[in-house]
Parts: sequence; structure tokens; C-alpha cells
Amino acid sequence: MTTNAQQPQAVDELLKGIWRDNPAFVQILGMCPTLAVSNTARNALAMGLATTFVLTLSNVAVSSIRNIVPKQVRISTYILVIATFVTIVDYAIQAISLDLHAALGAFISLIVVNCIILGRAEAFASKNPIGLSIADGLGMGLGFTFALLCLGAVREVLGSGTLFGVQVLPSSFEPWVVMILPSGGFFTLALWLLLFNWMKARKAPEAAR
Amino acid sequence: MNEQPLWSVFIMACLTNNFVLAYFLGICPFLGVSGKMETSTRMGGAVVFVMLTASACAYGINSLLVAIGAEYLRLISFIAVIASTVQLVEMVIKKVSPALFRSLGIFLPLITTNCAILAVALFQTNKGYGFMQCLVYALGAGTGFTLALALIAGLREKLELASVPDVVRGAALTLLLAGILSITFMGFAGLG
Repeated sequence: MTTNAQQPQAVDELLKGIWRDNPAFVQILGMCPTLAVSNTARNALAMGLATTFVLTLSNVAVSSIRNIVPKQVRISTYILVIATFVTIVDYAIQAISLDLHAALGAFISLIVVNCIILGRAEAFASKNPIGLSIADGLGMGLGFTFALLCLGAVREVLGSGTLFGVQVLPSSFEPWVVMILPSGGFFTLALWLLLFNWMKARKAPEAAR
Repeated sequence: MNEQPLWSVFIMACLTNNFVLAYFLGICPFLGVSGKMETSTRMGGAVVFVMLTASACAYGINSLLVAIGAEYLRLISFIAVIASTVQLVEMVIKKVSPALFRSLGIFLPLITTNCAILAVALFQTNKGYGFMQCLVYALGAGTGFTLALALIAGLREKLELASVPDVVRGAALTLLLAGILSITFMGFAGLG
């Protein structure tokens, strides 16, 4: 494959993850971290970036060993590769900010079982060259970060009247405590999904015409 | 060592800090398998068994890793243990009861990526539970998971017959239900 032909395809792989095949909103994958750490925008952003990092690097690793690993043990190999990168991220976050590490807690380690990462390793990186796999990992990761931010921003603004810790609503606003609690996560995600379904339903007749 | 009594460990894992509704763990099977009551209870049974085995193995491995000072290997060894336990359970069920094996189908291997299992192993380590506490914690978490799955499955079976706007059908409806259930489970907050 020449570089010229690969260039637009790589851009396409990148954009696919961010919008058309957004892992959280369209494929409904990786729900556990999506809901659990999206109570503030800061946590959501940190979780999204950590996942993007693991996703991109595990895609690179899986793609580069794709011709060596026997088919029968591929899933366990991928899991071990992913677990290695997650351990690195875990220690890195601990070194950068202890507050953040405490806020995210066990959910950093739980990136291992985020189905998006294993899903991309199996569905994409194990069949494609390294360059495309990087684009795919970055795109999916950024799409996931975007989805987390959408949830985190709504929950933080409504639940405590702030955004990234800065007061955005007037102090007369009574915070909706339910938004910070677990049930708020379910409701916010459900509402975003409703919005996306509604947009799709509106587009469908236009496309048919 | 943590001195929390066993009954309190159980109640906490099962009701007050329900894995699905308070910690958002195991949401993928929760959305995927909760369509029918029968499949969801069977899935729950398999998860309870894997959790118990994984919890016991994780306790042993963690003591070993602490003894040789290699805690950084914790995550990798936990996930390897869980993957092989699931493989083992799969082979045993296939041999002992082919009928059950067929009815569980693809859900059985997918238990490996159920974050609730890994979470049990990680949380029990963080909390510093003893061996019995670990087992009870795993049992409570598994029961709580099965309970949440069965509750949602019951609601979804009823809603099949109701008239719901097309836009809301599917994942969004299940998430709304889960939100309401999650509020109900907050009523248990004072227990344990």
C-alpha cells in the first residue's frame, strides 16, 4: 500500500471513531467507566485521555505482533498486553496527581476490562498495519473522551453548578444532587441516547427521499 | 486486617453498594442479557460461581505477591487468573451439562470481560479483607448482580407489551429503568 492511498484512509479511520461509530453513543460499549467517573468534567477528561493512551498503544502492540501470535491464544495475549499498559497508566497518574488517583480509584485498573479496547484489538488492530491501527485507536479514544465529556459536563453543571471546578451558574441555583449520584449517570446517558436516536430518526426519511 | 463482620460485608456488597446500580460495574451484560428472566438468572449463577473462584484465587495470589514484593504484577496476574477460571468453568459445564452449556452460549466466555469480576478482586485487596470476608464479599456482589439483572429483566418483560415511542426503545429505555432502580436502592443506604 502506498502512502498516498493510506493518507485519506487513515483520516477516515480517525473520524469514524469520533463521530459515525462513536464507541459510547453509537456502539454502547465501555459503559462502566463512562457512567462511573463522569460525575465531574475533570474526572471524565482524565479517564478519557487515559483510555485513549492505552487504546492507541495496545493497538500498536497488537498490530505489530499480529502475524506471530497463534489464533488460539490471541485473546489472552491481547489481555496481557492491555494489562501491561494499564499498569503503566496507573503508576503514571499516581505520580502526576494523587487527588486524581484517589477520585478515579479502582476504575483506572478497570480500564483493562473496558470492552472498547479489547474490541478494537480484536476487530481492527489484529487485521491492519500499524499506521492505520494508530489512527483507529486515536479516533476511538477521542470519541470516547468526547462522550465522557458530554456526560461529565452535564452532570457537573446541573449537579454542582460548576464546570471544571469553576462556578458557571448563579449561586441562587439549587444544585440537583441526583445528578452527582449514580442514578444521575443513568439518566444523563439515557437522555443523550434519546437525543442521538431522535436525530437519527429525523435524518432517516430525508435519506430515503 | 479489616474487622468488619461477615453479615455487614454481605449486605454492603449486595444492597447498599450494589455493583450494578451504585458502582456501575457489569453494565454490558446488564444491558445485553437482561431481556429475558430465564437467561438473566442463569447468567447470574455463572457470574456468582466465577466471582467466588476468582476471589479465592486472587486472595492467594495477592498474599504471594506481597510476600515477594511484586505488587506491580497484581493487575496482570488477576486478569490471567480470571481468564483461565472462565475457561475452566466453560470446560466443566460443557462436560457435566451440555444443555446448560448451549443455553448460556456466548455469554460464558464474555464473563472474562465483565468488569464486576475484576472489581471484586481489586476491591477486596484495597479493603484488606481476610479470606472468609473475601468469599462473603464475592458472594454478596454476585447475589447483588443477579438481583439487579433479574429486577430489570422482569421490568423489561412487562414493557414489551406496553406501547412505548420508537425513539425510546432499546438501550435508552433500559438505562432510564436502571436510573429509577438505582434511586430505589439508595433507600438501603442506612443498612450495614
